[in-house]
Amino acid sequence: MNAVARTADDDILVVRGVDKVYPGGFQALKHIDLEIRRGEIFALLGPNGAGKTTLISIICGIVNLGAGSITVDGHDVVRDWRATRSLIGLVPQELKTDAFETVWNTVRFSRGLFGKAPDDAYIERLLKDLSLWDKRDNKMLMLSGGMKRRVMIAKALSHEPQLLFLDEPTAGVDVELRRDMWAMVRRLRESGVTIVLTTHYIEEAEEMAHRVGVINKGELVLVEEKAALMHKLGRKQLRLQLHDALDAVPAALASHHLELAAGGNELVYNYDTQGERTGITGLLADLAAAGIRFRDLSTRQDTLEQIFLQLVKEGA
Amino acid sequence: MNWYGIRAIYRFEMARTGRTLMQSVASPVVSTSLYFVVFGSAIGSRITSVEGVSYAAFIIPGLVMLSLLMQSVSNASFGIYFPKFVGTIYEVHSAPLSFLEIVLGYVGAAATKAIMVGLIILATARIFVDYSIAHPLVMVAFLLLTTVTFSLLGFIIGIWADNFEKLQVVPLMVITPLTFLGGSFYSIHMLPPFWQKVTLFNPVVYLISGFRWSFYNLADVGVGISLAATLGFLALCLVVVWWIFRTGYRLKV
Repeated sequence: MNAVARTADDDILVVRGVDKVYPGGFQALKHIDLEIRRGEIFALLGPNGAGKTTLISIICGIVNLGAGSITVDGHDVVRDWRATRSLIGLVPQELKTDAFETVWNTVRFSRGLFGKAPDDAYIERLLKDLSLWDKRDNKMLMLSGGMKRRVMIAKALSHEPQLLFLDEPTAGVDVELRRDMWAMVRRLRESGVTIVLTTHYIEEAEEMAHRVGVINKGELVLVEEKAALMHKLGRKQLRLQLHDALDAVPAALASHHLELAAGGNELVYNYDTQGERTGITGLLADLAAAGIRFRDLSTRQDTLEQIFLQLVKEGA
Repeated sequence: MNWYGIRAIYRFEMARTGRTLMQSVASPVVSTSLYFVVFGSAIGSRITSVEGVSYAAFIIPGLVMLSLLMQSVSNASFGIYFPKFVGTIYEVHSAPLSFLEIVLGYVGAAATKAIMVGLIILATARIFVDYSIAHPLVMVAFLLLTTVTFSLLGFIIGIWADNFEKLQVVPLMVITPLTFLGGSFYSIHMLPPFWQKVTLFNPVVYLISGFRWSFYNLADVGVGISLAATLGFLALCLVVVWWIFRTGYRLKV
């Protein structure tokens, strides 16, 4: 997905120097600075307990702010909480629903809670968009996990928010439904909603996000355009399938730091795409000079997952 | 004010009553009828009158008060505890609702349900015994003050409780004994002098006494004192609720 063009004052969410220490003394967030641009899909990646849900909960008003400041569309979340909460929709990680309520009533309830006048036509459209219309009279306890997840999204969108938080939207959801959710998130974004999603699935961020933030142990380790991040940190690997297996890397090739793989049948060369020189030309020349022939070659770039693991490991 | 938000909570809570009609409405009617049969007819037939009022009529205000207190506390405590228990409270916290608006929604619904039950009991009592209400406005005032106060108390219990046992323990171990010993079924003048003094420490005595005065001009303590005590208890509950929301006690970290 292409990046969202940036103009001045176009951040819908600005987080400045946010700290959070829980009563037990656990520091969940350490000086978080983050801006979310209007109209983008932002993926917040991090392992369990990294602080993703705490950050979202503070922005939404569920957890008290420790230190720092947060503004949503220019409104302070502490002083101007009524305005900020009206602008935000939240889909929490866990499926928390009233088992005995119908889909229709629970979505209608959410709209009222957020101070909006009843608008049955809007709720009808919303339920139809989320393929929930046929289930409108069903009680929540009758729905499957995937359907409940959709209802949670409908509840979060019932008051027409501008900023939507999806906390692990596809956790425990099967592959087909996950792809369905992604399509839905894209549609939402096209309708003008800014989306912040937290996820364990790197594939999700890679598939959908414009920008990616990585949070680990309460610290925002990195915020980057997704493409730039993959480009900047992406290492490439050249694998050469040899004609004749080798016992060891010949001394003449030592300067290339090659590795032998597949029982001596492959030579592996790691290089940086951002480097001034990749060293491939020199390597191929040296291979020819050493009389090493190869049948085939392939290159592979790191996925976001590998980049993420690398970042988290560095931060440990 | 977020009126739509208050209305949403109120309607949601009232809808819950609709789904549990047997438990919410039928059960107090049955238990009140049983009280009339046991205390009004069986035992009451041995007591001709209390200070000029037939015993069956005498116990009506106490019976209404008994149900009113239990209903207010249990409705309000369950109303706020259940979303905490199932986790749906996140939505209330993330909504543009002030603490006052949240209280108005939950306590308003709990008080409405309790008043409905109180009125149903008054109507049921009419089947068993003829009674009159000497001061209807005072009666309504006590009805409202008591339900709001005890709904607030229920709300506090619902916030404080972190399991179902705690939710039950206060109504069962505190409210019920205080109500039974607060003069629901007897005039405190029927007690020995020492216990007459002790019973004055029971706040429910003032509620029942004031409420009974509005029916029969008959009071254990002066109606002014009853009213002042009820207002004092209401003020205390309001202060505790205000403190809960100010500190986020058991609601926010």
